[in-house]
Amino acid sequence: MSGALLSVEDAVVDLPTPRGNLRAVDHVDLAVGAGKTLGIVGESGCGKTMLSRAVLQLLPKKARLSGRVMFDGQDLTTLSAEKLRKLRGRSLAVVFQDPMTSLNPVLTIGTQLIETIQEHLELDLAQARQRSTELLAAVGIPAPEQRLAQYPHQLSGGMRQRVAIAVALSCEPQLLIADEPTTALDVTIQAQILDLLAREQQRRHMAMIIITHDLGVVAGRTDEVAVMYAGRVVERAPTPALFKQMRMPYTEALLAALPKLDVPPHTPLPAISGRPPDPTRPLKGCSFSPRCRYSAGRCSTEKPRLSPAETLEHLYACFHPLAAGSGA
Amino acid sequence: MATLELSLDETEAAPVQRRRRLGTLFWCAIGWTVLVFAVAIFADLLPLPSPTDMDMLERRAPISAEHWLGTDGLGRDELARLIYGARISLIVGLCAPMIGVTIGGALGILAGYFRGRFESFVVGSMDVLLAFPPLILALAVTAYLGQSIFNLTCILGVLGIPAFMRVARAATLTLARREFVIAAQALGATHAHILLRELLPNVLLPLIAFFLLGVAVTIVVEGSLSFLGLGVPPPISSWGSMIGEGRESLDVAPRLAFIPAIAMFLTVLSFNLIGDTMRALTDPRQGAL
Repeated sequence: MSGALLSVEDAVVDLPTPRGNLRAVDHVDLAVGAGKTLGIVGESGCGKTMLSRAVLQLLPKKARLSGRVMFDGQDLTTLSAEKLRKLRGRSLAVVFQDPMTSLNPVLTIGTQLIETIQEHLELDLAQARQRSTELLAAVGIPAPEQRLAQYPHQLSGGMRQRVAIAVALSCEPQLLIADEPTTALDVTIQAQILDLLAREQQRRHMAMIIITHDLGVVAGRTDEVAVMYAGRVVERAPTPALFKQMRMPYTEALLAALPKLDVPPHTPLPAISGRPPDPTRPLKGCSFSPRCRYSAGRCSTEKPRLSPAETLEHLYACFHPLAAGSGA
Repeated sequence: MATLELSLDETEAAPVQRRRRLGTLFWCAIGWTVLVFAVAIFADLLPLPSPTDMDMLERRAPISAEHWLGTDGLGRDELARLIYGARISLIVGLCAPMIGVTIGGALGILAGYFRGRFESFVVGSMDVLLAFPPLILALAVTAYLGQSIFNLTCILGVLGIPAFMRVARAATLTLARREFVIAAQALGATHAHILLRELLPNVLLPLIAFFLLGVAVTIVVEGSLSFLGLGVPPPISSWGSMIGEGRESLDVAPRLAFIPAIAMFLTVLSFNLIGDTMRALTDPRQGAL
């Protein structure tokens, strides 16, 4: 994992709840190189967002994090609050899921952009304003000069997400975390926003983590994909290798649950039956085993370890991996 | 995975600002408020008889060219007393909630944002203040420090702090969990920045609406205290003390109690109307979701 811009090593996030300890992230190892894109895929509640918050050191106050989060040679978990604050926004930026709530409703877009820029870069008001206009133009907002004076509610959802991306890009971060950037948007806008993110990433040569529940989003837009289930990474592989041949039954089920255009109308969508396990009552065996159609034998008594398949980059945690050639 | 290629034309028309109609009732309220403020501020410049000069031969004189609203039980010009009374009512009515909104608002935002022990301390001390009977406090302070406009304003201001604190804290509690606050933290904002630029502008809206309500309530409370003889010392007039003095002659000259009561009623109503409209106008969340 040397040379990676960000590497998460053995991260564990515990949240104390009235019902007991909730392990939101369970021994996760991840790495992203400079200029590379990592996709983190998983269903609701699998720990994707907690993992991203752990990277940013913005976990809820009660949460406990162990493990290391190395960014650019420094361990974020031991960094002082002031150093962290300077790093966030400047080197690490985030785009949140819902552009309706991630922008301050009572400040104009210009104010929000200009203040973020001035917080980190030594620019006077006119320069910051100039930069804001350029940023809005770069994220494809028409008439950027007038938009600066507008409030978030005067823009459409897609426009607001563009503004949120502009705010995140404002200080040229080295790593951008996009936490479900398209989930709250229209399908027609989704592709535009993803293309925009990809374009800006290439132009600025920054690393990016795309968090999503949609395998379709990561296909073709990421270099590597990590599939998460119940707080653990269950399969990790370079994107082409993963889509060529997935080994973990959960990944296959996730892909099968995507609506496809080439099936006749009124075909029932194959859903994954059952629900994810209660995170406050961890299972002894594989977390996916109660819902897995291949589950047998030691699946319910022993936890499979993340181990490499044919290539060293392709890792999966399963006792009964899908045979070669049977993937999607 | 099939992808839909969509290339929408991104040249949209320039944004348009829209205007809202305000209605006649709002303008009536504004008109009345401006009138009251104007006469209160320029009272010394108006050709008015002195509000404290007594004329025992002209007691309870009816409305005439010399005394537009007649005279009161001690022969003082009723219109002059009404206008000078507006001064007292407005000074106390505006300054007292100002104290409340500043101290209470600051405490509420800090308590709602930092939580923990500080919040428990603030909420606890506000509960103590709330549990103290307000009239007894007013009596005690005026008994020790004397009756004056300054003391009256301070008492009413301090009594208003808990309510403003609660409004600010409640608003902050919900706002601090909103994504834009986390987004600001993720972008490296300082505590000061989050408090002043992210939270304060949002909390200000309910606070301003509550402030205008506070002005109306304070004018009434000042009136009640003056009516009870705890307000401004005589011979200075305030609307409440005028109503109190007019009570003695309700049977012979009911206008002496009713004219200041109507003035107070209209002023309070105007403040409430303006407060409501302002809130509706400045609330950008309207139509945001």
